[in-house]
Amino acid sequence: MESVELEVLRLLEENARMKDEEIAEILALPVDRVKEIIKKFEEDGVILKYKTIVDWEKVQEDFVYALINVKVSLTREKGYDDIAKRIAKFSEVHAVRLVSGEYDFQVVVKGKSLKDVAFFVAEKISTIPEVRDTFTHFVLRTYKEEGVNLFEEEGDRRLAFVP
Amino acid sequence: MSRRVARRVEELKPSGIRRFFDLVVGRDDVISLGVGEPDFPVPWRVREEMIYSLEKGYTSYTSNTGLPELREGIAEYYTRFGVTAMPEQIIITAGVSEGVDLAIRTLIEPGDAALIPEPCYVSYKPLVEICGGEAITIPTVPDFKLNYDMLMEYKEANAKILVLNYPANPTGVSYSKKELEEIADAVNELDLIVLSDEIYAELTYSGRHVSLAALNGMEDKVVVFNGFSKAFSMTGLRVGYVIAPPDIFAGMLKIHQYCMLCAPITGQIGAIEALKSLDEVDRMRAEYMRRRNFVVKRLSEIFEIKKPEGAFYAFPKISSTGMSSEEFAEGLLMKKNVAVVPGSAFGECGEGYIRLAYAVKFDKLKEAMDRIKEFVEEYGKG
Repeated sequence: MESVELEVLRLLEENARMKDEEIAEILALPVDRVKEIIKKFEEDGVILKYKTIVDWEKVQEDFVYALINVKVSLTREKGYDDIAKRIAKFSEVHAVRLVSGEYDFQVVVKGKSLKDVAFFVAEKISTIPEVRDTFTHFVLRTYKEEGVNLFEEEGDRRLAFVP
Repeated sequence: MSRRVARRVEELKPSGIRRFFDLVVGRDDVISLGVGEPDFPVPWRVREEMIYSLEKGYTSYTSNTGLPELREGIAEYYTRFGVTAMPEQIIITAGVSEGVDLAIRTLIEPGDAALIPEPCYVSYKPLVEICGGEAITIPTVPDFKLNYDMLMEYKEANAKILVLNYPANPTGVSYSKKELEEIADAVNELDLIVLSDEIYAELTYSGRHVSLAALNGMEDKVVVFNGFSKAFSMTGLRVGYVIAPPDIFAGMLKIHQYCMLCAPITGQIGAIEALKSLDEVDRMRAEYMRRRNFVVKRLSEIFEIKKPEGAFYAFPKISSTGMSSEEFAEGLLMKKNVAVVPGSAFGECGEGYIRLAYAVKFDKLKEAMDRIKEFVEEYGKG
């Protein structure tokens, strides 16, 4: 079985709003011990942040997301880390990943409109000296995010009583 | 008019929970803790495999014993519970229910006695009685565990079989290897054949499940039953299996050929894939275990309760409320919209208890615990 510390992480990863008291009940731990474990994880940077997964379409607060595949040229002075940090620092950039395959980085950009995103890529990403090429793919619909299905799950079809 | 329904069937007691089906109809907002099946969906990769098999046209009968690949897979899989079985000893059945029926029909002649520890799953006793056998129930309250001494008290009964189910429905108790060794001693002395229903084996929360058939000298005395319903959430697909000693295997296979022919092929194909998805079981087990801890903690604030070691049931003692099992279950359903099964449905000695299945999402489970507490405060004695 896993250590209780990892169990706490798993519960919070599934539901960041779970109360300390509930975690304590589930794991049969004193509440103070739970608080202590969480505090330690926060201090050590294991827990980075608590966020909410929002289906923005439902409140008509639509954002445009684009996946940008970026090819770069490395130089003696500038490696992957340097270039990635330079891209990541823009607030419009949602995620940056170094990937294997035909290109080097996959960058997720979030903006208010197609134009917004397109201009951001043209002006801020493509112009970085090490960037050789960019390929922009706009996201039309998201079906699953962070392990959560953004569509209605099947209901409970079980009978009320089963021996 | 002459008797149409056979006496043996007419004399069977109807299931104790039938009545509750009618009570629950038309009620909204019911949280059911009365369901003896998982709330998790069948792992998607298993479903995909079954869908694809239908597209490819796998809709025929299989051989009576089942798909060879599945039997081989099960033989290998069961080594995790300590049993070395040959695929040739395995029959794929339409759930454990069919397997138990086959074994009882193979072993019990009119007048033969079967030892059945209670409280227990509802089908063992009637299946023995349909064969004209005598079902001798062994009350196991308050520990719900069978042991050497208890078994030896039934020496005079001259019983032929013992039906053992662990982790148990409805109590959640299980047995360690040491406890099983004790039982095995009694089994040897009484010369019993054991039907070991291990359907909840994967849902064992402390250590790993040990099959009774894994013990020295037991392989020829034990018929093992298991299946894909509980660990893989495949209840409606009806895939179970038996591992039986050669003579019993041959008898069971004959009946299976005549009454069932084979287990449904779609489920069998899903089961092959399920055996490749054991990490899904780990995930579900971890979740059940969290729920168990939560439920036991909450219930122990109100009732006397033994911590379940497996399955997904809690079996608290509710007699302190001054109500009978049935009164409690009915009252809880009518007043607070929470469905549970009265303990008396699982044998006379289950009176004074209720069974709650914690195969329910966490938020509902929490709500149900709150409602049970309210119910006891408002309607309980004292």
